[in-house]
Amino acid sequence: MNHIATGATIALALSAASAQAQTEIQWWHAMGGELGTKLEEIVQGFNDSQEEYTVVPSYKGTYPETMTAAIAAFRANEQPAIVQVFEVGTGTMMAAEGAIVPVYQLMEDNDVAFDPQAFLPQVVGYYTDTDGNMLSMPFNSSTPIFYYNKNVFEAAGLDPEQPPETWAQVEEFSKTIMDSGAATCGFTSDWISWIQTENLSAWHNQPIGTEENGFGGPSVRLTVNGPVQVKHWENLKRWADEGIFKYGGPVGGDNARPMFYTQECAMVMASSASRAGILANAQEFEVGFGMLPYYDDVEGAPQNSIIGGATLWVLSGKSDEEYAGAAKFFEYLSSPEVQADWASFSGYLPITQAAGDQMASYFEENPGADTGLRQITLNEPTENSKGLRFGNYVQIRGIIDEEFEQMLAGSKDAQGALDSVVERGNQLLEEFEAQSQ
Amino acid sequence: MKRTIFSNQLLPWLLLAPQLAITFIFFLWPAAQAIRQSFLREDAFGINTSFVGLANFEALWNSSQYLNSLKVTAIFAVSVTVLSMGAALLLAIAVDRMMKSTRPYTTLLVWPYAVAPAVAGILWWFIFNPTIGVLPYVMDRFGYDWNHVSNPGQAMTLVVIASAWKQISYNFLFFVAGLQAIPASMREAAAIDGAGPVRRFFDITLPLLSPTTFFLLVVNIVYSMFETFAVIDATTEGGPAQATNIMVYKVYFDGFVGQNIGSSAAQSVVLMLIVIALTVIQFRYVEKRVEY
Repeated sequence: MNHIATGATIALALSAASAQAQTEIQWWHAMGGELGTKLEEIVQGFNDSQEEYTVVPSYKGTYPETMTAAIAAFRANEQPAIVQVFEVGTGTMMAAEGAIVPVYQLMEDNDVAFDPQAFLPQVVGYYTDTDGNMLSMPFNSSTPIFYYNKNVFEAAGLDPEQPPETWAQVEEFSKTIMDSGAATCGFTSDWISWIQTENLSAWHNQPIGTEENGFGGPSVRLTVNGPVQVKHWENLKRWADEGIFKYGGPVGGDNARPMFYTQECAMVMASSASRAGILANAQEFEVGFGMLPYYDDVEGAPQNSIIGGATLWVLSGKSDEEYAGAAKFFEYLSSPEVQADWASFSGYLPITQAAGDQMASYFEENPGADTGLRQITLNEPTENSKGLRFGNYVQIRGIIDEEFEQMLAGSKDAQGALDSVVERGNQLLEEFEAQSQ
Repeated sequence: MKRTIFSNQLLPWLLLAPQLAITFIFFLWPAAQAIRQSFLREDAFGINTSFVGLANFEALWNSSQYLNSLKVTAIFAVSVTVLSMGAALLLAIAVDRMMKSTRPYTTLLVWPYAVAPAVAGILWWFIFNPTIGVLPYVMDRFGYDWNHVSNPGQAMTLVVIASAWKQISYNFLFFVAGLQAIPASMREAAAIDGAGPVRRFFDITLPLLSPTTFFLLVVNIVYSMFETFAVIDATTEGGPAQATNIMVYKVYFDGFVGQNIGSSAAQSVVLMLIVIALTVIQFRYVEKRVEY
């Protein structure tokens, strides 16, 4: 027994010694389940590819939990070198100038070849400052797309290969479906904030806020109560009253996709990264894919959709070796092979042109998988469709959900609800501006 | 009263040290931090910090969301306390009348107390889920549309039931013990004097039960205000439209999710003051009227 114990101690000491020779780079992330396993596989690939650095991934829970953990760790000077932050945290991270190391600077300082032109502008534009410098490394980006139930379409006498293109068609198809009894509800949607407000605005080339949606500076204020957004919310309320649209709940809308799976609702709008999950759950029917619907009387629509998901931020206060390792790791992550592998596994968008090209055969074999990519690259992004950058945005999204709920409950009309989104959101933006000064 | 006198001055402090250390680290120090931060305006990373005096508190009083949260908390705390204590008292009286089967019933009724709040929340979330839950399905058969995701009243009902359910077990246990401590001879004497069961309950049982009732009142209000976080988080997350956003949940959401530490700290300080006030009122005024 003693021998075994001694042997174990020696082995432990040896492995500790060999581990010490390598620089450890902590990476806190929010990818659970299958995505987490895949992420660890990718990290293992990097660790095996060289001797100097070991990236240590740690799962820290949901996006808000991961971000909170990293911020708390930073305040206690125990921060990881790399942290995965969701897109709505971007404003907060960017404003924290002393707390982050911008990616372009990290690559420059460590002499790692890095060509910003190789990345898809629609993806990296969201995380680039006004001078064109990339601040964080996109890791998992997705965009909302349109899913529909082909069997229900057929039963209702609609062409199952023809998804609706405009909102007028969504309404018309829904009525046909409901009248025929093929389903009891037309459509539902994940994410009222992300899909039916932010993406709706970008898709119709409408501003969400001043200062190029916040890209121009911290004095940004919301302007989301424009005519197109008001008209759309008004329609959603009317459709909800007529039973055409069913509300799936706040934030991500947990109840939306189950209504699609049970064939209660014939259509659903959800993230392109949900494709695999939707296919796995759609046991008894065939799923069709399409781009988000638009209003054909709005000039410039459809423009391009914007992304969601998360990027990797590098935090300050670590050693030079760790930064050198982080730069190497980012180079590995953005290589076409790793990108194509990760994107085809997860349904997230590839972040470089080369990775997109590598996925050509995958897209051919998996119809609909390229819908998101086609949608974000439909047009050159404008000021209104680059993305958005607001501080305190997690809470502002909460406000969007609340006001939407109040509109559904009938206590406010669409204009009133969006006016108070702007009013309440601007209070938070003013607060954020004051905090960052 | 017997007093123990230590001849050694150091020994009592040594004996107290572990408890004092815990109190300091887990109660006094965080409380002091909260008070300090409530006067500061800080960005999430703590890079820019400025002293803003009472601005965080002023912002709270001017915030309709915060005032709404106060109202929601009051409704929630009263409903949970009344429901859980009322149900527990009924069950306790029923069990108290039984002769032989008291023990199995007591055991069964105490079980839910062993369920962790987060688990209880998830259970109720499943039962009442508008899409996949069993109760909305049954209610739909009777023509009632249950959707707590968009109906504020139903959301409040759900969190009240979920929070009260767990606490019924605890209250029940104390009520049974309290009932059994009442001498049977008193009730019998009243019965001989011609008092009916209802009269006996209100004139004999309830007054003699008042120490238990008072104790449970304190415990339940504190429970519903501070320990129901997990239930809210697992079922409604404060929604819809802040209809179930009780103060404790708002502290968490604004501080941890929203990274607004100054406001969150100010809210904690307000909560602290409420607890102090509640304790003073209950022990100074209510306790005096309770007959021990």
